[in-house]
This record gives sequence, C-alpha cells and structure tokens, in this order.
Amino acid sequence: MYVSRLALTDFRSYPQATIVAGAGFVVLTGENGAGKTNILEAISLLAPGRGLRRVALSEMARGDGPGGFAVAAKLASDVGEDVEIGTGASAAAPERRLVRINGAAAAAAGLSEWLSILWLTPAMDRLFSEAASGRRRFLDRLVLALEPGHGHHAARYETAMRARNKLLAEPDGADPAWLAALEAGMAEHGAAVAAARERAVSALGERLSAIPDGPFARAGLALAGWRPGAVPLAAELRASRARDAAAGRTLVGPHRSDLSVTHVGKAQAAERCSTGEQKALLLGIVLAHAELVAERTGRPPLLLLDEVAAHLDPLRRAALFDRLGAMATQVWMTGTETALFEGIGAATRLHVAQGVAAPG
Amino acid sequence: MASPEIEALTQALARLPGLGPRSARRAVLHLLKRRETALAPLLRALELVEQRLSNCHVCGNVDTVDPCAICTDPRRDQRSLCVVEEVADLWALDRSRLFPGRYHVLGGRLSALDGVRPEDLSVDRLVGRIAAGGIDEVVLATNATLEGQTTAHYIAERLEGFPVRLTRLAHGLPVGGELDYLDEGTLAQALRARLPIE
Repeated sequence: MYVSRLALTDFRSYPQATIVAGAGFVVLTGENGAGKTNILEAISLLAPGRGLRRVALSEMARGDGPGGFAVAAKLASDVGEDVEIGTGASAAAPERRLVRINGAAAAAAGLSEWLSILWLTPAMDRLFSEAASGRRRFLDRLVLALEPGHGHHAARYETAMRARNKLLAEPDGADPAWLAALEAGMAEHGAAVAAARERAVSALGERLSAIPDGPFARAGLALAGWRPGAVPLAAELRASRARDAAAGRTLVGPHRSDLSVTHVGKAQAAERCSTGEQKALLLGIVLAHAELVAERTGRPPLLLLDEVAAHLDPLRRAALFDRLGAMATQVWMTGTETALFEGIGAATRLHVAQGVAAPG
Repeated sequence: MASPEIEALTQALARLPGLGPRSARRAVLHLLKRRETALAPLLRALELVEQRLSNCHVCGNVDTVDPCAICTDPRRDQRSLCVVEEVADLWALDRSRLFPGRYHVLGGRLSALDGVRPEDLSVDRLVGRIAAGGIDEVVLATNATLEGQTTAHYIAERLEGFPVRLTRLAHGLPVGGELDYLDEGTLAQALRARLPIE
C-alpha cells in the first residue's frame, strides 16, 4: 500500500493542497519553513497516534482558518481496489480525531490494518541524550509495528498505575487489598509489555548483527533501566509501596525501562558518539526495523525521513538510497536542495513553496 | 413554550440512561397523545415499582420481597455464590437460569480515578456472608475490563483465608464469533485457555 493521492484542507500552512505520488520515492524540496514537514505530519496521521510531532490535534488546524482540518488520502496497491482514508478534526470538537475508512466512520486504531508508518525527524536527534521516556516511546513504536497487541497491554498497565499512584497519595493510607488488586493488574499487563519489548529488541538485534558491514555504523541494542527480575513484578510493587508513596510515583516496572544503544564498531555508548554517528545509528535501527516488519508481516512500512539526506556524505547517501530502493515501499524524504536527491533514480519530485506542493 | 409541568417531566426523562433532551421531548409528546393507552399504564407501573420494589438486604437484587425470591428459593444451590457488579449483570446470568446458586450484587466497580471506593460497594456484606459459612464456591463474574478485574482481585484479597474456592469467568472466543474479528488480547486469552476435544 502506498499513498497515491493526499489532499489537505486547512492543515497547518495549507488552506488546500493536493499531492499525487508514485509508489517508490517521493522527494519534497523547498526552503526552510516552506511546509515540507507538515506534509509528512499529515501522512503520519494515517496511522493511529498523535503524529510525528506528537502535538494536540487543535494545533494542526490552520492558524487563520475556520478551525478543524482534514487529511484525505487514497491508498493504492498493486492488487485490489484503492482505499480511501480520511482523518481530521471539526471546529466544534477540535481535539476529537475523526477517522473515515472508505466513507464509513472508523476508530483510529483501525488505521493500522491498512498502513504501518515509521519516521525519522530532526527532533529525534537528541533521542540518545534526552530522558529515557523518549527512547521508551521510540521502542514501543517499534514493538507496536511487530505486535499490535502491545498497545492494549501498555494502556491497561498505565491506567492501573495511575489508579495506584492516586491511592498511594491518599493522606490516611491506601487500602492494602485494593493496592494489591491494582498491582496484580499492573503485573499481568506489565509482564506482557516487558516480554514484547524483549522479543522486539532481540529480533532487531539479530537483524542488525546479520547485516553485512556497510557505510552505516552498526547499532547494538539492549534493554536497560528496569528489567523483570527474579522477584515477580507484583511482589516488587508491593515492596516498593512506601518509597513510591514518598516519591509520588511508581519507581519500579516497565515504565522505568530504557533502550540502550551502542556503536558496536567503537564499543561506545550512543550518547557519547558524535551527532553524525548518532544519526547514522538511528537510521540503521529504523531501516533494520522496517526490513524486519516487512519480513514478518509481508507489508513493508511506509517511511517518512525528514531532513535525513542532508546530514549524510555522498557515499552514505547513495548507500541509503540503495537500501531504501530494495525495500519496495514508499519513502517520503525532505531536503532543502534538489541536488541531494540526484542519485535516487525514479521518484515523484515535488517543490514546496508558499503552501503549494507542485511537481518540480 | 411548554408548560412548567411538561418541562419538569422532560427534564426528568432526559436524565435517564440512553435518553437525552430530544428523545425525552418525543416521549412526553407521545405520552400526552396517548393518555389512556400509554400514560395511564406507565403511571400505574411506576407507582407499583415505587411502592413495592426494594433492594434485597442480602444480595442487593431488586425485588418485591426482601430477602429476594432468588435468596429464598430452596431449589437453589446454597453453597455457591456468584458476585456481579450490577443488577443488570445478575439478570443477564439468571435470564436462562445458567447459574444454579445465589448472587451478590456489588453495586459497581472499584475505580480510584472515578472515586469509587471499597466502602461504596457491598464488599463488607459479601465478606460477612462468606464468614457466616455454608458457601463452598465464589464465582467472581465481574466485567473483563481493567476495573472489573481489579475489583475481582480486590475481593480475592479480602476473601483470602476463607475456606472457599474462588473462580472467575473464562475469557475468549464468543459463541458464534469469528476469529478474524477478534482483538489480539482476546485471541491470546482464548489460546491460553484452549481445551482438549472430548
């Protein structure tokens, strides 16, 4: 499946825009601030979640527009009929995500049946140096593409934890039986979350180590922070009640796990590598993951690579295009210069300026 | 402009579950149009419910007698007890007499986030019933939601040490259900709880 047509209405900088794209590479060029990333963000809304900027829906409606916005896409494939997907928000309920699939109202979760989307943006440059929560979110997105049930367990774990934190904050002490009941729920869903992450990290690690040495730094993956130990999570939570109450949050559990990435060639932690090396490591992980998802599900994920090409030297850029070309999926890329994409071969090339994306 | 009487009735109906101001207005107009065939019988039915129905002080069921007909039915198995969240759940289970024992209605489910606490439910009364003895099995038939399951765990904690067998309803494939419409969580449960073919 690929996006063959994208229509934006009152989305970010676009009052109205229509983009027609082919199956392989789609290259968006234009000046800084022209609205290239906005197009990628619109595509990222064709999957469940908050999109690649992770902001509220109301922020996506065009500033001086009537409120609300719409993103409509036609998905084409080699087999079967096209699928029409629409999403957006109305002015009356600017935070409620509306989704329509082939003209019928649907839940956002239903979008994952059609498209799986991965992205790499400049905002992720600090992934290895920022707080663990960013890496955990990144990891969970990778897991979710491999195991759709992951989201269900993660959501239930979070809900049970919020309830437990609320109980622990009560001034006259929480009911121990109630705490134990919530901890049992956290343990059940937390164990599923932790196990799915372990499976994904080990599958991805195997894949990364099987790729022949190339121009991209090889990443070594491991789970860090909290890990399931010899003590069952329910018992660990029970033992941690007093400390958690004092801290005002839960200090043990899979929400305290972390993804540790190393530069295998240099035997160095990713956060201590140069900015360029960190980018290359991240790109290597995303590519390996896309290949893994394609192999497991038979459906390669659509890739959104924002300002990725500009940071690679010509050799690495050519290697990236080769590898992406072999994946037989749609890849949307942005950059300021058309020259960056000269070696790419056949592609849909669009120039973005003043709220218009025109063939160029 | 409607009279204050009609306005008051509309307001009262609009607050019923599943209704709203618009449906309430339609219901009121319908009742006024059919005073003899709709309004009068409804009024009598409401009156009877108001006068005669009350909650069973043993199990929490709604009935015209207290203790309720289920609690006093000698043909029912006194040794097994089924715990449900709401009276509607009791009715669902009892519609076809699937469960031979008696019931206990909690009156809701624990929710720290909605402020529903153990003392808002009839858990103490349940513990009292078990402590009084004569019950071998307690079926925890709460909903398969996170809150329902938390409530079941909570009751299990509270009943620890009593010589009763605690069971819960199975989760999995619905009868007449199709596999490819099920979510992953349900499928995983159904696989875990698979049964040998006799």
